[in-house]
Amino acid sequence: MNLEAYISGIGQSEVGMKLPRHPFLLTLDAVNEALQEAGLTIDQIDGVSTYPGRSGPMLGFSPMGADELIDALGIKARWYAGGMEISSQLGAVLEAAMAVKTGQARHVICFRTVYEAGAMANPKEYPMQRRERADGYSQWFAPFGAISAVTWTAQYAMRHMHQYGMTREQLAQIALNDRANAMLNPRAMVQEPLTLDQYMEARMISSPLCLYDCDRYSDGSTVIIVSAGDALDEIKCQPIRIAAMAGSVERHSWDQAELMACYATGKALWEKTDYTPDQVDVAQVYDGFSFQALAWLEALGFCDIGEGGRFVEGGHRIALDGELPVNTFGGQIGAGRLHGFCFAHEAVTQLRGLGGARQVAKPVNLAVATSGGGPLATALLLTTD
Amino acid sequence: MQRRMLPRLDQANRGFWTGGERGELCIDRCKDCGGFTHPPRLICRHCLSESVEPTPVSGRGVVESFTVNYQKWAPDMEVPFVIARIRLQDAEGVILTSNVVNCDVNAVNIGDSVRVSFEHHDDVYIPVFELVIGD
Repeated sequence: MNLEAYISGIGQSEVGMKLPRHPFLLTLDAVNEALQEAGLTIDQIDGVSTYPGRSGPMLGFSPMGADELIDALGIKARWYAGGMEISSQLGAVLEAAMAVKTGQARHVICFRTVYEAGAMANPKEYPMQRRERADGYSQWFAPFGAISAVTWTAQYAMRHMHQYGMTREQLAQIALNDRANAMLNPRAMVQEPLTLDQYMEARMISSPLCLYDCDRYSDGSTVIIVSAGDALDEIKCQPIRIAAMAGSVERHSWDQAELMACYATGKALWEKTDYTPDQVDVAQVYDGFSFQALAWLEALGFCDIGEGGRFVEGGHRIALDGELPVNTFGGQIGAGRLHGFCFAHEAVTQLRGLGGARQVAKPVNLAVATSGGGPLATALLLTTD
Repeated sequence: MQRRMLPRLDQANRGFWTGGERGELCIDRCKDCGGFTHPPRLICRHCLSESVEPTPVSGRGVVESFTVNYQKWAPDMEVPFVIARIRLQDAEGVILTSNVVNCDVNAVNIGDSVRVSFEHHDDVYIPVFELVIGD
């Protein structure tokens, strides 16, 4: 009996800003692509997992929940989950892996659908609920105008510059690499080149992070099907084994976490496997803001803590033909803010050699995919073995 | 003065958000172990005692990190302004997100000494910080 968890089919809708296609239909596009790759029919799906579930107050952030997908597609779910209180977006995949390992389900559709650009263009159908007063965690930063994650991430980046000497030129390499790789990805949302000069002259959003350090609101859906080890005879695509997975939370507050949670998660990942960081062929690391990706590279042990800036300097090491290709699809900064799931999607794509123009030339047998920033983090180690 | 999203007062947070009426920055402190807890939770996060009460501290601190925010997140937001994480000098382990005010936004640096002051809005007193010059 094979008690491991595998990724079978993966799928992605078109990605863009203000797409006319309804977010439910975008989700359906991604589901169908994933089912087709896996050679599965909807009748064989018996689990659904999503992050963060339907978000009423910010419908564009998550316009649909697992229950809606189950109902609309007639999925005979034996197990499902969807919620925000989990170690970031890929926590939904981590949960699905636990579900198939414990016999709760055999094939789980995991999805993340975003419609943030479309929602802003259509506030009548997708209203943002405005609160009169802040409560919960937001009361500790909203009164000070710190209402965007960029203002929280910027303070970690500023601290890193002060403590370890990271420069804007070094940080820029995350964005430049993303934008270069995105141009080789037909589904990437941003298809224009970016130069270091443009980056250095860009307007500041929240210092030291400038416009190009930030991802942009997108519309699209990503699906990852997680299958049980003893159900592999039902799938026709190459199974990708989840060799290790880890997630953590750091006081669940951007306001109080002294170190971003990626550092604890990165350490925990390697404690669950005999693989080591130097064996990783490609790294797909969360980059809602460029600094998060740089921190993930440190956290995963590709370099020492504090060395991230020097590790990415010049950009050659993390390029498609470098020793550790990073965010080969363009990351969220280049490919669109698909919110976490895109990193697992690309890790699987590279492991299967299906990256097309962006496929790295060397053999890819081990990949890491991460999600989350600040107090939340999830990491998956994926392998063809 | 910057228009602010105000916190909703409740049993746990009232001491923090209203101490400024007396000019006091109040942090929950445990009467059993002496430890500070922030955000306030009605219990001590060190020993889980319920004997916690909002306790005035000096209001002095150090800039742990900061950012100059240039983006208008709301149409009436006045930019740029400084958002900073302030490590309180005499409340061990407590870091507050706040603003450093009444100075050039480019004058703030990590490690700077700061002192609390309060902005009164409706029923709350928002603790903000000013640079302590010559410290």
